[in-house]
Amino acid sequence: MSLLTCHEVIDFLGAWLDDELPPDVRGRFDEHVAVCPACVDYIETYRKTQALARRAADDEARDDDGAPEPLVRAILDAWSARAR
Amino acid sequence: MGAAELDRAGGPSQGDEPAAKVEDFAALVRAHAGALRRTCQRLLQDATEADDAVQEAFLSAFAHLHTFRGQARPSTWLHRIAVNACLMRLRRRIALAPAIESDDCDAALGSLLPRYLADGHRADPRPAWTASVDELCERRELCGRVRRLVQSLPEPHRTVLVLRDLEELSTEETATLLGVRVNAVKTRLHRARQALRTMLERELAKEDLG
Repeated sequence: MSLLTCHEVIDFLGAWLDDELPPDVRGRFDEHVAVCPACVDYIETYRKTQALARRAADDEARDDDGAPEPLVRAILDAWSARAR
Repeated sequence: MGAAELDRAGGPSQGDEPAAKVEDFAALVRAHAGALRRTCQRLLQDATEADDAVQEAFLSAFAHLHTFRGQARPSTWLHRIAVNACLMRLRRRIALAPAIESDDCDAALGSLLPRYLADGHRADPRPAWTASVDELCERRELCGRVRRLVQSLPEPHRTVLVLRDLEELSTEETATLLGVRVNAVKTRLHRARQALRTMLERELAKEDLG
């Protein structure tokens, strides 16, 4: 069976990361990556992209001071109005 | 903040609320409003609309408290209600589900997706970034730039990436909330990640941070 192309590897990358490739395709995927530095680099930067997006979101949460008091008051006022 | 506090704050209304119940509700709002606000801002990209969605989410949660059976943590339950409130607002702006299902929508990503030669090799491969994620994140402004890059992704790819990778909903849950097929979510997510990767690569190249 022929090796996958770089195009196919990159198209299958999401499924490979989720461990959802059928065994035969996974085998061909792994064979290609073993001999293709360009795809190895792409996979590494794809993973770093995911990790950075996640880290940037966590960073934002860590720096957050919580909801501003005017919003909290608006929610409480609206709730009290509905409760009557 | 657990299910017991949720239950106390949301018990049946009997006219003027007792001070303790108001206090419970206020504590719940203060405990969760910040996180919900971040979620809503990521999805709606408008601070005023996000605050409206947060308010709507809390009021909806307490109007439907009888449906909360403790099958999830209160924070998770509130989060799902807020996400739904945001998606309803987003659907008024764009036809989200048809866009996600349409193969044509990837065209909006243009040069952000990889290009290939006739033999299947990439047209412009670049070396991997030498800096680790930790090293990249030590530059705090980079995290802010990454957040702005995410926000600059076109729809519907931005919404799918935010729900899956930032709000950490499962593929199945994302598909259900958006009213689309699981495979459509997977495809759009992969394209969104590819586009974000390209944008980040260009950003890092500007400062030779790779």
